[in-house]
Amino acid sequence: MPEPLTWQIATVTAIRAETPQVSSFTLALPAWRAHRAGQHYDVRLTAPDGYRAQRSYSIASPPSRRGEVDLTIERIADGEVSPYFHDVVEVGDRVEVRGPIGGYFVWEPVLGGPLLLIAGGSGVVPLMAMLRERAAADGAAPAVLLSSARTLEDVIYRDELAALAAADRGLRLIQTLTRAQPPGWTGYDRRIDRPMLAEALAAAGAPPLAYICGPTLLVEAAANGLVELGVPPAQVRTERFGPTS
Amino acid sequence: MSDPFVSRGFTGRAHDPGDKAGRIPPGQYLTDGFPVLSAGPTPQIGLDRWAFTIEGLVAAPITWSWEQFTALPSRDWTVDISCVTKWTKLDTAWHGVSLDDLLAAVEVDPRTRFVTAHSYGGYTTNLPLTDVLNNQAFVAWQYDDAPLEPAHGGPARLVVPHLYFWKSAKWVRGLRLMAEDEPGFWESLGYHNRGDPWREERYSGD
Amino acid sequence: MDDPMVLDANAVAGDLAELFGFEVTAVVHRCAHCGNVAAVGTLLAWTHGPGVTLRCSICREVVVRFVRTGSRTFLDVRGAAYLDMQRG
Repeated sequence: MPEPLTWQIATVTAIRAETPQVSSFTLALPAWRAHRAGQHYDVRLTAPDGYRAQRSYSIASPPSRRGEVDLTIERIADGEVSPYFHDVVEVGDRVEVRGPIGGYFVWEPVLGGPLLLIAGGSGVVPLMAMLRERAAADGAAPAVLLSSARTLEDVIYRDELAALAAADRGLRLIQTLTRAQPPGWTGYDRRIDRPMLAEALAAAGAPPLAYICGPTLLVEAAANGLVELGVPPAQVRTERFGPTS
Repeated sequence: MSDPFVSRGFTGRAHDPGDKAGRIPPGQYLTDGFPVLSAGPTPQIGLDRWAFTIEGLVAAPITWSWEQFTALPSRDWTVDISCVTKWTKLDTAWHGVSLDDLLAAVEVDPRTRFVTAHSYGGYTTNLPLTDVLNNQAFVAWQYDDAPLEPAHGGPARLVVPHLYFWKSAKWVRGLRLMAEDEPGFWESLGYHNRGDPWREERYSGD
Repeated sequence: MDDPMVLDANAVAGDLAELFGFEVTAVVHRCAHCGNVAAVGTLLAWTHGPGVTLRCSICREVVVRFVRTGSRTFLDVRGAAYLDMQRG
């Protein structure tokens, strides 16, 4: 049996802005152990009076980076933990974490594909870990990422995703921007719906391993849609992030 | 033993109670929000189907429709509430009917010592009869001068402000009067049977 | 399912792993109410409350509940007809 899960004190070694509301925080972990793409860390904050707040954040980095993980965190305006990360945390600060956690919403290359990844907003984080893992593996199965964001500047990892897709004909990106689109935009401009799911399914080829992550309502609509389109329920894995920010 | 880790610059949502500190039970934090806590989906009960029933150790059970229930003698209540998850909210304003008035409408068997509140969605909580009489408990259908929102227990919820708020059953549909105590949803899984915040009766064995 | 706030068992995977000593979300269960067989990870989770309630995604009945007191965990798995776990 692996060692029991315990809390440890990590140190923030880097902070990188991904979008205006989203940043990635690199945490050096004294008790690091290799994670699987899709897993998360629990983060716990403690105030001087003992008050505590705890949230889970998906690991963005691939397990090949030893000793540290990247957590990509969206700033939720009335949140308790994410504003602390964005407004207070500096390089050198210490944060109490527990992980890596997760045994259901995980993918590794040996599980095969094709992969159909559906993301709403910051739900793309664990799916990005999967795509980074996939890129590092040779001969990986085809993958489709269907991703929803409000505006172009809210698309997390936009440049890296474009570079991955440009270098890999087996990776297809389908993007929808639901609030505002730039001039000349050729992607979708509405919430994920049945025709978009059907296109993503067709692009995936065979019935895929599907991973859906993001706001609860988006996840449920997409999961139901895929099942209605014939994907076996056991091949549709979901991770709900709660209300839309 | 080392000191527990403290996150630099984190103060949390708790407000400094200032001169209200004496109204905050031990181990609680003052909040001015109103957190939504649930154990299941918010029931969708149309007012045309909603009903409130008192049954069990009564000569005859009674059931009110929504129109009948909200026509009962009712009043405003301003109370402090404390949730076992450690938040306390002061001066919350409700409108509803006291359990004294509800129980006065039935002939309560003298063997009655306990009350179990039942809710749409299946939630239950148990209370000694002595904790719900004498203006200690009411069923509210308004909060802050507006209809009680479903997320906070609407159409109507039980409110028992002197006990931890898990006893204030959301989506209440009735009371069962009993001679024997029957631990409810949380009382049967490690929570204290009575739940007095001033004695910090959070868990069984406290 | 209209509730935008509901999560799933992934959100409490840490507490469950700490309790069991292994990943529970990958474990397959059979719902005692409707018979649905699925990973624990599919259970819908109400995490904001005195305790955590995990419900079947098909029939919405309670499958698992747990309460963490100061030093103990109370666990109710009566809503699971079985848990199917890999040994070794």
